[in-house]
Amino acid sequence: MTQTLPRTLFAKLWDDHLIQAESNATPAVLYVDLHLVHEVTSPQAFSVLRERGLKVRRPDRTLATMDHSTPTTPRGADGRIPVVDVQARAQLAQLEQNCADFGIPLFTLGSEHQGIVHVIGPELGFTQPGMTIVCGDSHTSTHGAFGALAFGIGTSEVAHVLATQCLLQRRALSMEVRVDGVLAPGVTAKDLILRLIAEIGVGGATGHILEYSGSAIRALSMEERMTVCNMSIEAGARAGMIAPDDTTYEYLAGRPHAPRGADWDAALARWRTFAGDAGSMRDRTVILDANSIKPMITYGTNPGMGIAVDAPVPTPSHLSDASERRALEKALAYMALEPGEMLLGKAVDVVFLGSCTNSRISDLRLAAAVMRGQRVASSVRMLVVPGSQEVKRQAESEGLDQVFRDAGAEWREAGCSMCIAMNGDELRPGQYAVSTSNRNFEGRQGKGGRTFLASPLTAAASAIAGTIADARHYVGGR
Amino acid sequence: MEPFVTLRATGVVLPLENVDTDQIIPARFLKTTDRLGLGNNLFADWRYDSSGAPKPEFVLNSPEAKAAQILVAGKNFGCGSSREHAPWALLGYGFRAVVSSEFADIFRNNALGNGLLPVALPEPVVDRIGALIANEPQASFVIDLETQTFALPSGELFDFHVDPFARHCMLEGVDQLGYLAKKEHAIAAYERTRAGAY
Repeated sequence: MTQTLPRTLFAKLWDDHLIQAESNATPAVLYVDLHLVHEVTSPQAFSVLRERGLKVRRPDRTLATMDHSTPTTPRGADGRIPVVDVQARAQLAQLEQNCADFGIPLFTLGSEHQGIVHVIGPELGFTQPGMTIVCGDSHTSTHGAFGALAFGIGTSEVAHVLATQCLLQRRALSMEVRVDGVLAPGVTAKDLILRLIAEIGVGGATGHILEYSGSAIRALSMEERMTVCNMSIEAGARAGMIAPDDTTYEYLAGRPHAPRGADWDAALARWRTFAGDAGSMRDRTVILDANSIKPMITYGTNPGMGIAVDAPVPTPSHLSDASERRALEKALAYMALEPGEMLLGKAVDVVFLGSCTNSRISDLRLAAAVMRGQRVASSVRMLVVPGSQEVKRQAESEGLDQVFRDAGAEWREAGCSMCIAMNGDELRPGQYAVSTSNRNFEGRQGKGGRTFLASPLTAAASAIAGTIADARHYVGGR
Repeated sequence: MEPFVTLRATGVVLPLENVDTDQIIPARFLKTTDRLGLGNNLFADWRYDSSGAPKPEFVLNSPEAKAAQILVAGKNFGCGSSREHAPWALLGYGFRAVVSSEFADIFRNNALGNGLLPVALPEPVVDRIGALIANEPQASFVIDLETQTFALPSGELFDFHVDPFARHCMLEGVDQLGYLAKKEHAIAAYERTRAGAY
């Protein structure tokens, strides 16, 4: 029995949530502790429930918010955020109706706790160690930062979880990503994860759950850990996880939905059983040296096409694999970049600071520290989109909004915004953007738009410079 | 879900790796509350120019593509977003199977749950199928889910593997929710053991 062997964090959580073990003929039945819901991937799932006369089994373990298609434009005189897109308005109204009909708590647009689903779960203390967490959204991997098993699902599976609180799953393989060393000033968690994806590729972790370990991971704050786990999906992994430790518990203490009093003590004792990195059997291990990581930037049309910010764009003729060569040629043609070109100094049109990867208060603080007393270059439009209403309030209480406004950036309402460009915040064809989001796919930030993925520091530095800039020149300690 | 037992059909080749779900169906089309009607916008940004006219050079706009029910693509097909709109769009267009050497995890699950068959074959075999179609667009292939084989027009067979449970559901045309719903007793028992855990 596996119980006698050291188990990975993933194995512990898997075993802990098994209702029925898998066999050759049938997948495992896995229990879901927390189901997050948003407007875009849920309507068809609620339709399935209505067609079959089913109820939501555990509305108390379900939580809905509005984020993907919501405008981030300023509130009207009535304090509400106007939704001008007819289709988006209908979809948001449908979510309200569904949540009302099925008894699911919902944070409506502009309300106190509304925000990006992967920002509000953690900040309200819903996300806790040892949980299984799913959402019809691939970046659900974010919640793995707490030592939860968290992954994205399709809409049919959203219906499964709504109706039964369970999912059919085949057990994934386990991959350890060990990062030791110290990140240099100007280098962030975003650079760490972009470097990993550049190294193993966008399909490098397909079929695997990533477990991050090592001194550089332990040194990260919870928000930085969320950035790392968030982009695990961009390497093809179903989930990314970091075993909980004191950093995790300190973050959770006092959050609105975290346990309190005697419940806290009991939860903490249980959470500690999920702690510990070492000694477990894994299917694969990848090792990164944090000391060697520089600020990263992507040059192509998937998140694996990343380089150090001071490196030249790769040259297709240097690649021996014909298929990879074709992919690189296609990407450079879309991005209108030359082989061997230096990205440092390349003019950009837009800077986007936001998304479930980098829209938390620490991300805004990093960028604001660089931008205080500076001006966004006149050729650049910069959008700062806080991840939640809570992040927005916190930033405003610290005066960060004023730093961004004084610099000439736009300070906006909370949502996914230009990361997915469903809400009117989008690039125009041909525009270049430095973006703190997670995907640089063709057209992702607007049809014909060209995305350079980077950290909040690189984004802030580039906004000031008007060109892609080396964040190390903009922070202290160098 | 329509049962999938055997499929005899022609194919069309998209010789690209890492085709992401944002290309399969761009996010601006996700503001729908329906699962139907997405086929017209399949690969929209590769398929249509800025005026909305079909781009003649894109493979789905070739005359042969109209009847094709098999899409042959490079490795890591369906990476990126979890949107089930991707298989809905492929099915809406008329595809019943996608052939690749590797599928992204969430896409594969979503496809299987909707009766779109992901056929994973070794890369050299995928390349051969692609070359065959390039040479002879009318080449007809037979996919047999019962025997899990992919047949070239010559009769040469290649085995592929589909998760046995997903295969059962596709062969019978039943979805997985019915199976899960029958687990109610076990789910309730499990919940009793964990009362107060969260």
